[in-house]
Amino acid sequence: MAPSRASDRPRFLVVGGGLAGLMTVIKIAEAGHDVDVFSLVPCRRSHSVCAQGGINGAVNTKGEGDSPELHFMDTIKGGDFLADQPPVRSMCQAAPGLIYLLDRMGVPFTRTREGLIDFRRFGGTLHHRTAFAGATTGQQILYALDEQVRRLEAQGRVRRFENHEMVSLVRDETGRCRGIVVVDLRTMEVQAHAGACVALATGGLGLIFGKSTNSSINTGSAASIAYQQGARYANGEFIQVHPTSIPGSDKLRLMSESLRGEGGRIWVPKDRNDRRRGEDIPEGERYYFLEEKYPVYGNLVPRDIASREIFDVVVNQGMGVGGERFVYLDLTHLPPERHRKLQGVLEMYEKYIGEDPRKVPMKVFPAVHYSMGGLWVDYDQQTNIPGLFAVGECDFAFHGANRLGANSLLSCLYSGTVAGPAMIREAAGVSSAVSSALLEAECRRVEAELEWIRRLDGPENPYRLWTEMGEMMTENATVVRDNRKLQATDERLVEMMERLRRCAVLDTGRVCNHPLMFIRQLWNMLVLARVIVRGALLRDESRGAHYKPEFPQRDDARFLQHTVAEYAGGSLLSGEGAPRISYAPVDTSLIKPVLRDYSRAPEYAPPTASI
Amino acid sequence: MSNQEMVHLRILRQDAEGAPRRWERFKVPYQPYMNVLSCLMEIQKNPVDADGRKVAPVAWDSACLEEVCGSCTMIINGQVRQGCSAMVDQLAQPIELRPMSKFPVIRDLRVDRSRIFADFRRVRAWVDIDGTYDVGPGPRYSAEVAEVRYALSRCMACGCCLEVCPNYGPQSPFIGPAAINQARLFNLHPSGGMHAGERLDVLMEEGGLADCGNAQNCVQACPHKIPLTTSLAEMMRAATRRALFER
Repeated sequence: MAPSRASDRPRFLVVGGGLAGLMTVIKIAEAGHDVDVFSLVPCRRSHSVCAQGGINGAVNTKGEGDSPELHFMDTIKGGDFLADQPPVRSMCQAAPGLIYLLDRMGVPFTRTREGLIDFRRFGGTLHHRTAFAGATTGQQILYALDEQVRRLEAQGRVRRFENHEMVSLVRDETGRCRGIVVVDLRTMEVQAHAGACVALATGGLGLIFGKSTNSSINTGSAASIAYQQGARYANGEFIQVHPTSIPGSDKLRLMSESLRGEGGRIWVPKDRNDRRRGEDIPEGERYYFLEEKYPVYGNLVPRDIASREIFDVVVNQGMGVGGERFVYLDLTHLPPERHRKLQGVLEMYEKYIGEDPRKVPMKVFPAVHYSMGGLWVDYDQQTNIPGLFAVGECDFAFHGANRLGANSLLSCLYSGTVAGPAMIREAAGVSSAVSSALLEAECRRVEAELEWIRRLDGPENPYRLWTEMGEMMTENATVVRDNRKLQATDERLVEMMERLRRCAVLDTGRVCNHPLMFIRQLWNMLVLARVIVRGALLRDESRGAHYKPEFPQRDDARFLQHTVAEYAGGSLLSGEGAPRISYAPVDTSLIKPVLRDYSRAPEYAPPTASI
Repeated sequence: MSNQEMVHLRILRQDAEGAPRRWERFKVPYQPYMNVLSCLMEIQKNPVDADGRKVAPVAWDSACLEEVCGSCTMIINGQVRQGCSAMVDQLAQPIELRPMSKFPVIRDLRVDRSRIFADFRRVRAWVDIDGTYDVGPGPRYSAEVAEVRYALSRCMACGCCLEVCPNYGPQSPFIGPAAINQARLFNLHPSGGMHAGERLDVLMEEGGLADCGNAQNCVQACPHKIPLTTSLAEMMRAATRRALFER
């Protein structure tokens, strides 16, 4: 029988050891409560390490008259007015304080000659608002939080369950979330943990698109599990495609927006048949399409716009470099001190492509990067399941229809600072006693499911099926969307759910059995893929990252609303897995939605907008 | 398929901690931009050895796939490094993969490196902040110090420096260059430096700085070129000063 970990003293459970999870842990532990953090990998290896460019906060040390209110306005406009506005304003107001906090924790932010934190330009704003540590800011911030959690761990406030995967929520007869069931990924032991409240901080879902800029652990599985157990999932169709990445056979590696923030320029040869090397093409024969079309924002238009323009130039106009789908991202004109600020990313390009981007223009193309959608939460970060919270990329708040660069690290940290205290308040009103029968019943359900998977011996290979799903999703549910193709994609997803039930488990090992867990993850990915595709199919408009040539305008009368998906039932064992979609109003009480226009500067632009 | 170019691998396998080891050979179809991890992913898609026998897919650790998380560290053709940045085009074949030798093997290429984090904890690798509440800006310090700290802070706890260190291993108490570098990183921070002595005291105990044999392998193995030998020298100097004048 699996051990059940019920205890007398209430413990708080946080699933996910990236920025959002660790900030939640710190806030709860600091208030004097006990926290357990569960993570697929050692926390220090979470996907937050991949964030490169920086974190936004209107600290206003550049004499540009920046303020949290302007940051708020840029963020709402960047998200094409689909975000509920009050929490976004609160986040922007908290941002300068969060950057100071990170500095106090020892994050080695790049500094000015005067010893102040330096700020760089980023997309969707004309202000210098992005604090950074070279070009590996996420790594540095994650380390600082991991270290603070280690400090609290040394004080006995925090226990870490690294190499553990959440496989189920435990809900009591009133529907309240009372704990989780996890699998120890080394011993494959199934364990139930009781919790006063549970926070999911489980990040993004890039693996649904096969190859993306995400880490190999970003399946969206935990969010999908919560959704299958009754949590609402909102705005799933809003998937950010980052304009600049490089190819790989295992993933697409991000080439940070900071490369453009520090002055990098996007171009293609004016002559589509030009086969000279990029560095040999004279200035006059280069087409800087973003700068021409958007003279004010230039290469720093929001990501959805940059990706659509690149897609248009490369696919529709056939002007990609060398007849392929690449465009140039050129840093060769920048001085050495700029290159040094970008060192981490430039080294990555050199390692994986084998060329020096200081001397040769980089060749890049768009890749799936981030999910704006996620678990629906209220302004306390609580889902519709009492006692279950969601923070970071796996929640739907803050970014609307498109996220601005360097706002993700901010929303991760900020949502953690909101959820931690809110979880303590929520737990205060509830008895902490959890029946062990409840925990054991859920354990047994999970064990039975794993036993069912262990017996699978069909013709399908789950990894090949995953590759097939990813290619199909990338082809049909990213930059440009078409209703006929979305409909066909949804039908094929349903077929794939059936095929998954006919796969082979591949591995009978009793330790570190990856295929066993991957089959569950793939089911969870297919379920969320349907949420993405159905949401996109029903949204007959274009807004932010969601673009349908058939419906090229934003339609506020019909779609200034959150898409809300609820699970209509089914499981890996029984098949099905369809979403039921409805709509919920957006809180636009602070800024009236207007046309989202990046062809000119807003009236609050700083007097000199320079890189 | 038969005409397609194949990549040949030789992998040291072990079903569980303490279980016997064996070599298995694999061949997987070549693709452009292929790294060692994509070879392992190909084995998942068709888990048979080079002779066509069904085997379990290989177990390995991975996360970021771009050499910032440190997960996929393994020994590739005799050299310890990350599988994600080991490009097939630059490797002699058959590509030989084995797990790191200084840590317990859990299965195949997966090892338990929790000792690294325990040692970070031992040297108090953090800034003792009063709390996360708002107390205004952090301490002001120079761009030069920030740049030095940034270089040290890129350590991803991968363990390459420990794998090549002749003084580090399961039988040795030596804390190793990674944790010593962390002590320097936090001693260089204005408020972290207020507790520099506490970190130095740990490094002056058994298994501390005195156990470094000055082989200087660490600095060469570090994938992020962290100046580990400089960190060792700086900490030795600070420890000597503390021993002579501060205690």
